[in-house]
Amino acid sequence: MSDKGKLALYWAASCGGCEIAVLAINEKILDVANAFDIVFWPCVMDGKVRDIEKMPDKGLDLCLFNGGIRNSEQEYMARLLRKKAKVLVAFGSCAHEGCIPGLANMNSRDEIFQFVYKDCPSADNPKGVLPEVETKVSEGTLHLPFFYDTLKTLGQTVDVDYYLPGCPPEPERIWDAITAILTGKLPPPGSVIGAETTVCDECPRKREEKKIKEFKRTWQVIPDTEKCLLEQGIVCCGIATRAGCGALCPQVGSPCIGCYGPNAGVEDFGARMMTAIASVIDSNDPEEIDRIIQEGIPDPVGTFYRFSLAHSSLRRSNRAGNGKPAAKEEAEVSGR
Amino acid sequence: MKRISIDPITRLEGHGKIDIFLTPEGEVANAYVQVPELRGFETFCVGRPAEDMPNLTNRICGVCPEAHHMAATKALDALFHVDPPPTAKKLRELFYSIFYATDHTTHFYALAGPDFVMGPDAPKEVRNILGIVGKVGMEIAGKVLKMRRDGHYLIKMIGGRPVHPNWGLPGGVSRGINEEQRAEIEKLGRDAVEFAKFSLKLFEDIVLKNPDYVKIVTGDIYLHKTYNMGTVDANNHVNFYDGKIRVVGPDGREHAKYDAKDYREYIAERTEPWSYLKFPYLKKIGWKGFVDGVDSGVYKATPLSRLNAADGMATPLAQTEYERMYDTLGGKPVNHTLATHWARLVELLYATERWVELATDPEITGKEFRVLPTETPTEGVGSVEAPRGTLTHHFWTDERGILTKVNLVVGTTNNNAPINMSVKRAAQSLIQKGKPVNEGLLNMVEMAFRAYDPCFGCATHTLPGRMPLEVTLRGPDGEVIDRLAQNMD
Repeated sequence: MSDKGKLALYWAASCGGCEIAVLAINEKILDVANAFDIVFWPCVMDGKVRDIEKMPDKGLDLCLFNGGIRNSEQEYMARLLRKKAKVLVAFGSCAHEGCIPGLANMNSRDEIFQFVYKDCPSADNPKGVLPEVETKVSEGTLHLPFFYDTLKTLGQTVDVDYYLPGCPPEPERIWDAITAILTGKLPPPGSVIGAETTVCDECPRKREEKKIKEFKRTWQVIPDTEKCLLEQGIVCCGIATRAGCGALCPQVGSPCIGCYGPNAGVEDFGARMMTAIASVIDSNDPEEIDRIIQEGIPDPVGTFYRFSLAHSSLRRSNRAGNGKPAAKEEAEVSGR
Repeated sequence: MKRISIDPITRLEGHGKIDIFLTPEGEVANAYVQVPELRGFETFCVGRPAEDMPNLTNRICGVCPEAHHMAATKALDALFHVDPPPTAKKLRELFYSIFYATDHTTHFYALAGPDFVMGPDAPKEVRNILGIVGKVGMEIAGKVLKMRRDGHYLIKMIGGRPVHPNWGLPGGVSRGINEEQRAEIEKLGRDAVEFAKFSLKLFEDIVLKNPDYVKIVTGDIYLHKTYNMGTVDANNHVNFYDGKIRVVGPDGREHAKYDAKDYREYIAERTEPWSYLKFPYLKKIGWKGFVDGVDSGVYKATPLSRLNAADGMATPLAQTEYERMYDTLGGKPVNHTLATHWARLVELLYATERWVELATDPEITGKEFRVLPTETPTEGVGSVEAPRGTLTHHFWTDERGILTKVNLVVGTTNNNAPINMSVKRAAQSLIQKGKPVNEGLLNMVEMAFRAYDPCFGCATHTLPGRMPLEVTLRGPDGEVIDRLAQNMD
């Protein structure tokens, strides 16, 4: 038996981009393999849930978990890996803040099913068939995981030791985090592993004074290539977003969309962003301010909570239970 | 009835699952490939500003975000009734060609290659990318790594980020390229053409010169006579970025050729209660179940389908390889699923040739890479060939460009029915009365769906090139009778 640490990587409701980012650390992946036995990484290599289940509690030294919790199977895996891992890292925006799939918290399970399987313009479903947790076919019974009403972050599901932001985290930041873990140079548990500054601090665009009379949507304006995008009236989230990416989007003429989550010390990205936006509007007239915001920012939820709705204090649109799993969902989880 | 559950401990566990049912006599009664995941993009994108779609839909797939980014961007062109300037279209296609070359490389070397280079019966310990390196030499590892590193580097240079680019806009792109960048793109593109030629040579030496492999490729286990879909240009040549959708029958006859915006006249999507992923089929033929033939609306949208649906390739070297493939396999169309790997390499060569063509186009460094929309947005369809199938985005908005309805027909979804059929057929060919179920079954089943490079099985993008699979043989009450595993211990 090797005396190396044991490492697991897992994906839940995510896109696979975090995996691609891990692979993009290129030859450094060999350094990871020198430091750890990778015992479980479904995307990339060998591993079995059964063996994880058999492991003693805390038998894993480190688990990097990406993806949010959208269904009962993902919740089962989150609970299992929490129990088995000494250190559990919410890896990437989905596990950290819910990311884009968390915008589904503006809708219910029924609304999602209604459109995808029935109302969708290319659907052929006259009998209104929906996916079922259990289906009897002529040969036997087939099972699917239960799709929850609310997408939860990893931290809303189990205790998380560290958070690594980004959609996906840039390979360099992944390597920084692994180095921090290997050398034990870690912030207090519960912290985000990342920079203390904002995307603006690493953006090469020239900043002067921010006085906005009108916000413009990206399709309405060809911005100057040198000047700060926000000063040109484009809603750039760099001002509220944690540094770490190197301000990549503003450098190709696109505004920061906030994938690295809130900057240090801030919990609710949208609240921080709205405060920042309010402070750059060049008006003291409440009616004019209202007009500037409504005309230029027609979708405040999608603009300010693009990556963080599930994690935010709003969490989801108003519904009974406020996103807590219904009794049926709980039964599905415990029944696994 | 006995059941074999294939619970791959890979992406397919979270995102795909196979159940094979056996009759009391021990023959395969049926097989189901289930996709147990849904995220609901079509619903939650409603209410968002349309221009966010290239960034929102990127997050459908982190393996092929470029495809969603591009389909969404083209849908925005249509939605805002704006025609991007030539430089913008060329930049987008250049970016897309680089992405294709990178993605096809990953699939061939990490995933498909081991079965052929090492052989389907080679010991599992060597049937992986490291085995390939061992057999063919370290030189090959260096070439593959360089191709992938160059690809990601250029995708970031042009589109802003290596994963989830932020670049496409209605009417163009957010930034162009300068001469220094162009020169570097051209240089790396010429290396990529050589890499693609090398890859085809490798395929010839190792697969085509081995009669056993040719027999597997052209055998009955992986034969499916279905319709084929792909995008073609004005000359009916394969195009990844733009053109008309063409569908040809299992007999090679053209069934339809249409603009992407008319997709609803030609395809419809069924729902089965046992999968979260829908099952598209050809509407004018009709759904006849999971069956082959000209009377069944089942179609495939894969590299092989694109070649079958086209009359040729638009670049010279790829055209030569295209002709060679059909000459070798007995003419068009080819309905052998495993030939998809060969078709993928022909496409790799085309992508790299197109990359160089566009990188040397005088307009590519033009300053007119964007025009602002002036008309009121209404409705728009955008379509590209994703590596895993024809990808369609359809948006409706109010007059402010706020989304009121979204429909997405995603690459792998096209192949949902054929993947189920291929797995069933492979299982039926292998699991027979009185014949023990062995490790070979696992690899044969795996090869059946691996040819499709399914996105829900991004396990298919594995480093070792081998998915750990476990087959559990259960009795009627669910008790475990036997367990077989590969790559498990």
